[in-house]
Amino acid sequence: MNGIIAAFPIAPLTAVLVIPALAAALLALLPGYWMAARLNVLAAFATLIAAVSLLAERPVAGGYLFVDDLNIVFIVLSTFVGFTTSAFSASYIGHELEIGRLTPRHLRFYHAMYQTLMFAMNLGLTSNNIGLMWVAIELATLTTVLMVGIYRTHEALEAAWKYFILGSVGIALALFGTILVYMAARPVIGEGNDAMVWTALIEKASEFSPELLNVAFVFLMLGYGTKVGLAPLHAWLPDAHAEGPTPISAVLSGLLLNVALYALLRFKMLLAANPAALAPGPLMVTMGLLSLIFAAFMLYRRRDIKRMFAYSSIEHMGIITFAFGMGGPLANFAGLLHMTMHSLTKSAIFFAVGHIAQVKGTQKIADMGGLTETHPVLGWGLVLGVVAIAGMPPLGIFMSEFLVVSSTFAREPLLAIPLVFGLLVGFGALMLRLNSIAFGEPRGSLAPAQASYVPLYTHLALVFVAGIYLPPPLVAWFQNVAKLLG
Amino acid sequence: MDSHSLDVAHMLAGGMVLVSFMLLYQDRMFGLLNAFALHAIVLSASVAWQAYIQNAPHLYVPAAIALVLKGTIIPVALHRVVIRLGIHRSIETVVGIGPTMLLGMGLVALSMVVMLKAAAAADPLAREDLAFALSVLLLGLLMMVTRRNAVSQIVGFMSIENGLILAATAARGMPLVVEISVAFSVLVAFIVIGVFLFRIRERFDTVDLQALDEFRGERR
Repeated sequence: MNGIIAAFPIAPLTAVLVIPALAAALLALLPGYWMAARLNVLAAFATLIAAVSLLAERPVAGGYLFVDDLNIVFIVLSTFVGFTTSAFSASYIGHELEIGRLTPRHLRFYHAMYQTLMFAMNLGLTSNNIGLMWVAIELATLTTVLMVGIYRTHEALEAAWKYFILGSVGIALALFGTILVYMAARPVIGEGNDAMVWTALIEKASEFSPELLNVAFVFLMLGYGTKVGLAPLHAWLPDAHAEGPTPISAVLSGLLLNVALYALLRFKMLLAANPAALAPGPLMVTMGLLSLIFAAFMLYRRRDIKRMFAYSSIEHMGIITFAFGMGGPLANFAGLLHMTMHSLTKSAIFFAVGHIAQVKGTQKIADMGGLTETHPVLGWGLVLGVVAIAGMPPLGIFMSEFLVVSSTFAREPLLAIPLVFGLLVGFGALMLRLNSIAFGEPRGSLAPAQASYVPLYTHLALVFVAGIYLPPPLVAWFQNVAKLLG
Repeated sequence: MDSHSLDVAHMLAGGMVLVSFMLLYQDRMFGLLNAFALHAIVLSASVAWQAYIQNAPHLYVPAAIALVLKGTIIPVALHRVVIRLGIHRSIETVVGIGPTMLLGMGLVALSMVVMLKAAAAADPLAREDLAFALSVLLLGLLMMVTRRNAVSQIVGFMSIENGLILAATAARGMPLVVEISVAFSVLVAFIVIGVFLFRIRERFDTVDLQALDEFRGERR
């Protein structure tokens, strides 16, 4: 480990940001697909190494960037899924190029945007400045808007436009909230940049004006909540997932939603540190439950496979928001675990779905069937993924959902009833659909799949292992972070 | 800070709210773009005044950006886009002008009540500017939901960003980075929008967003 760190000419924290930024610039200039796809994977891998080395050696918190126990979890997860998705993207995009859905010019743009998105997400996660964090999330939004619209079909344009408008409005509300937090901090900390530095804010949060903080949190909740995809602000999410390239759906679900949630958590911690301010928990619990139950019912009538899993993302973001809203060491632990497991599982599902949609030439569930017979590796990959996301034991999501439910039962038994209800409804819908996609009469095209199964099965293996055995250092780490979250 | 400079600041910020109302009742595309240019110019004046009374020369930068970019370049560019796309007819609204104006007044009242109460401890200048900024923001949102035309939605979105800049400058000592990046993001957003407008036009032969709604993924 130390050897790797010593081999780095620059500090890991800088590398996490500089590598994607440089790669984005380089990829924008590089014409060939073969080279670009490999460079994309390489850059994502280098970023992952830099992120992992942050675990060993943590830099001192600066005015703009910092690394602490909370965001390192997000950074490592985000760079890891970014890396595996780039490997999936290489094979997926190659096929899109073959069938002429994308031109080489689009690809250059696509790869540059992919790395820009990685840069924006890493910047958002490492920023110690609430203004900078906002800028990073705005940048991430704009890049994903461009990528969602890349196919230029009617549906893609509609999805991108909706995403752009709703995302921008959300992000505007979040900025207003950020300004209000600054206003609350200014009389205590003083003018200028210091009053936007998160580490300074959390230290003095108990002295801030509670009224301003309350109003600020409502705006932040609505603003970043739109980006998390919480009902009733979720309208952009299913379209954006369904119409963009599948690697982008995987990154959106697995990572970008988490980044927005991370921002929300930071502000939740600020409010929790001020005893006179409103408790952020109930608001998050309500929106989380609403998203869970709403999305669970919406799962039944989906005809488009990517859209269905997009609703499943809303459902799981609801569960995670609910868990963090409940608060306390156990629920926070469950929320963190669930977030990690959901990122890994949902991106794995999108890897499988991407290849399936390519084989079948459509995203309609009605045109898919008997996948485990016709394409056993892909079909069983999807089955495993869906079984995991539905929360069947012994996979990782079962454990985290079990923790969420049991901690809720222990503290607020009444809240556990709608929670369990939503989980069961969602479970039923997923099993119903899985049955028609994976088993029964083979339907649709039987063309052989040109897929790379490594990213898919790597994720599934991790989720499987996590369900049976969590390494004690990881548990200790998550427990520590859960305490930090209050 | 004497009462005179406070009055001027209020007049300018209140002027923005008024121009937001003007945006709400425009039924011609060019009228809408002119009103938006006026919105940006009033914003620029307001930010410049803040720079003067706060003794914060760096605030002249966002003021200049607002004047050049939003007061001139973007309206002129949108004007050209509208002519090239041939969409300078009247604008279709979802809700009538009358109810929209009433709703707008309700929103202004709401933001006054919320902000004046919440920011009671802040200095009067910041407090009232924040209330005005929230009004501009909500009126922009209202405009976006009551218009179906892509260009009017963009104008609504940009008026929201104007409100945000007003709020950011009212918060004394807010780092310049924030204001600059807001301005920059507007620029990027504008480019994105421009590209999309042409693509939507190319695909649908209209920028009326109802045509887009009919292509909802579910109805394929």
